[in-house]
Amino acid sequence: MNTPYQGLMAETVTHTGANGDLISAYFARPLGAGPYPNVIVVHHMPGWDDATKEITRRFAYYGYNAVCPNLHHREGPGEPDDVAAVSRAAGGVPDDRFVGDAAGAMEFLRSLPYSNGKVGIIGFCSGGRQSYLAAGRIPELDAAVDCWGGRVIATPDQLTARQPVAPIDYTSDINCPLLGIFGNDDQSPTPEDVNRTEEELKRHGKDYEFHRYDGAGHGFFEVDRPGYRPVQATEAWGEVRKFFGRHLA
Amino acid sequence: MCSWIVETAAMSGVAKGPDGWIDINQANVYFDHPFKAPMDHALIIDFVRDPERPNGRVAIEISAESARRLVESINRALTTGEAVHVLGEATHA
Repeated sequence: MNTPYQGLMAETVTHTGANGDLISAYFARPLGAGPYPNVIVVHHMPGWDDATKEITRRFAYYGYNAVCPNLHHREGPGEPDDVAAVSRAAGGVPDDRFVGDAAGAMEFLRSLPYSNGKVGIIGFCSGGRQSYLAAGRIPELDAAVDCWGGRVIATPDQLTARQPVAPIDYTSDINCPLLGIFGNDDQSPTPEDVNRTEEELKRHGKDYEFHRYDGAGHGFFEVDRPGYRPVQATEAWGEVRKFFGRHLA
Repeated sequence: MCSWIVETAAMSGVAKGPDGWIDINQANVYFDHPFKAPMDHALIIDFVRDPERPNGRVAIEISAESARRLVESINRALTTGEAVHVLGEATHA
């Protein structure tokens, strides 16, 4: 029997981000000649943590070059939890800076000799919001996945100097297919928020698909938290793989 | 949720972490995903020396119920203290 070889490597790299800054990133890739499709993994507000790096390796295992930029790089150096605390106290990652960092991650992935040139983005929680934002502001992306991004819709009092525009207001500019993964017990975004986002995507004729899961709340992929829902998470991971498989191959 | 909403309080005091005592100038308080505690959400307090730099922090991540008990305990301790001391911004005696 001829068993396919599986191997991957993961390491810390640097790539160019917003304003030409060099930022750190966690990068994982299959150990083969490729060419492989590419994914940007966006961490949540608690930072460039173990769980998000594990997801980055998971994409490499699935056959993607995957990079997770450290969105709190400039608040460091320091441990991911300490720099996340600084970022949070300052009002979170500025949207413009995130867009520049994500665009830099995209260029990094496209430059790899074993890249197929297609780049998707996936984010979780605040990273889900940022993934939606990237879909609207980075027209060169090939696919985007929003996993339970809160505050895609924002009231005027929720807008700040760092997050001055609600991501939903960029819906008309979205230039790639969008996948949404949501738990119906979530409080942020609520099912009503998801309905409103879906209406906006429909109104603008965007290519999207939303999957909503009963019995699941916020962050139901997180295997080390009480909110983990193995059945729903396994099904939703399957949707993510099918979606990226269709649009990044 | 996963947000950047933070309540802050100016602090005067010190806190001890693995590397010893540090001056504490601000407490950042929020209810969000913890970094370490195995909970979906937690009440988190970062006691920090400098809110703009990661150069000194003592953090706790506790359940909401724990946080409410903590608030009650702090208030009771302050009431007891007030019975025998004059409490102010810096009470050294």
